[in-house]
Amino acid sequence: MSQRTIIPFGPQHPVLPEPMHLDLVIEDERVVEAIPQVGFIHRGLEKLVTKKDYTQFVLVTERICGICSFGHSLGYSETVEALMGIEVPPRAEFLRVIWHELSRIHSHILWMGLLADGFGYENLFMQCWRLREQVLDILEATTGGRVILTACNVGGVEQDIENGELNGICQTLDGLRGEYNQLLKTFLKDKSVRHRLVGVGYLSEADARAAGTVGPFARASNIPEDIRSLGFGAYAALSGFEPITSKDGDGYARCEVRALEVLQSIDIIKELAEKIPDGAINQKVKGAPEDGSYAVSRLEQPRGECFYFAKGNGTKFLERFRIRTPTSQNIPGMVQTLQGCDLADVPLNVLTIDPCISCTER
Amino acid sequence: MSSTIKSPWLIHYDASSCNGCDIEVLACLTPMYDVERFGIINTGNPKHADIFLVTGSVNERNISVVRQIYEQMLEPKVVIACGICACSGGIFKECYNTLGGVDVAIPVDVYAPGCAVRPEAIIDAVVCGLGVLEEKRAALAAGELPPAELPELPTAADKQLDGVSVRDAAAAELHAEIRDE
Ligand code: SF4
Repeated sequence: MSQRTIIPFGPQHPVLPEPMHLDLVIEDERVVEAIPQVGFIHRGLEKLVTKKDYTQFVLVTERICGICSFGHSLGYSETVEALMGIEVPPRAEFLRVIWHELSRIHSHILWMGLLADGFGYENLFMQCWRLREQVLDILEATTGGRVILTACNVGGVEQDIENGELNGICQTLDGLRGEYNQLLKTFLKDKSVRHRLVGVGYLSEADARAAGTVGPFARASNIPEDIRSLGFGAYAALSGFEPITSKDGDGYARCEVRALEVLQSIDIIKELAEKIPDGAINQKVKGAPEDGSYAVSRLEQPRGECFYFAKGNGTKFLERFRIRTPTSQNIPGMVQTLQGCDLADVPLNVLTIDPCISCTER
Repeated sequence: MSSTIKSPWLIHYDASSCNGCDIEVLACLTPMYDVERFGIINTGNPKHADIFLVTGSVNERNISVVRQIYEQMLEPKVVIACGICACSGGIFKECYNTLGGVDVAIPVDVYAPGCAVRPEAIIDAVVCGLGVLEEKRAALAAGELPPAELPELPTAADKQLDGVSVRDAAAAELHAEIRDE
């Protein structure tokens, strides 16, 4: 009979850029159970709505997570706009989506790099991060920040991107696509990569539904759910949008879904850059949310569906603001994939859901 | 100049940062900024590391982790606080679960401000830290390095909210309740 042992994993661990703790119950080399513990990054920032007024709070929401920073400011702004009935100018809607998709590209390439590092392909990790710098350069040129952009505000966006600059961005992205396709070949065709990913961390469609997974994690288990297909904001102007899915439900499928989404995002940006209308980029906001009013909004973050709730109380300070983030939805699914896997595959399994702990704990 | 500072190894821990500073620390190690060309290597083992990069502020839960990593590192060692959160608590200073910058847990040698801290600022801080490392090494060799003074770890009850500590506020509430009865 093999003996049971508990191995602590984290919070400080070489493969985890963020602290997270797992108690792994193992029998020989096999994981029988994984018990996650969270709370290392909890800051309690939702409560800050009582200290910062609703226009300032967008700066706090940007700092929920440095990777999906723009998405959070967008989600918050949309919620408050719904709360106060503010109409956002169409050009601002387009710019928001362009920045949001750029963030998705940088987030996915970053993740692919971390994954490569996780399965021990250092060179690929470096190449991914080198490529990602091109996207950061675009972000820096258009907003002034590399990771925290401060581009979105309640009522619109902070700064405009000139049409000529948009063309330049499209050209940069075309160049990036060429280089990216080479990386893609390694990720999807290389034998050693396939060997490490195929069959690892399998989650069936039924299990993925039962665990309530979202985002690329769910789409890799053949659940075609993507909030972007509902057509919020400028997504409605797209000629068509089909979520990318895969049937396999393993680590390879998750890699494939995210890898292809990068190309899809490039297409979205290029299409929107062509269709973008001229006009104002900002709508002046006045007054305060009414007492007792509340609003919700949903957004497709790089890691999946994110849900926002805001409640007003008649003053400039919101009564309550709540976010449900994609990783908190995905942790139960991740724990399931860990059961029965080899100890050596644990880091890879944790990585394939693309955990964002600072979103989860806020 | 000794050999220690020609190839300093560093360890990175994310206290409660928003990731913004973490990915900038990682960006320093990757081709664009590539600090590995200076012999700097990122390690996961505190015993191997000379420089401790901390991002994010500390809270009740991770303060002991930060302290443990620091204590496991061997002398001479340098601590760099990356990002305004690690320097002072930054935008999250007023949050109920943020105890403050990293210096409430361990002594900090170099502060690198910025939100998010720019890779250039991190590299600058590391270069600055190398000077401190060299000083400490010389002092250690001469047997003159005093033991690091570690502050007493605060708990969530010490947190100042609106000018009163959480503990005092709770006590005042309790007193008021007893008085009313
Ligand atoms: S300093 Fe800014 S970017 Fe860095 S961890 Fe704090 S909030 Fe995030």
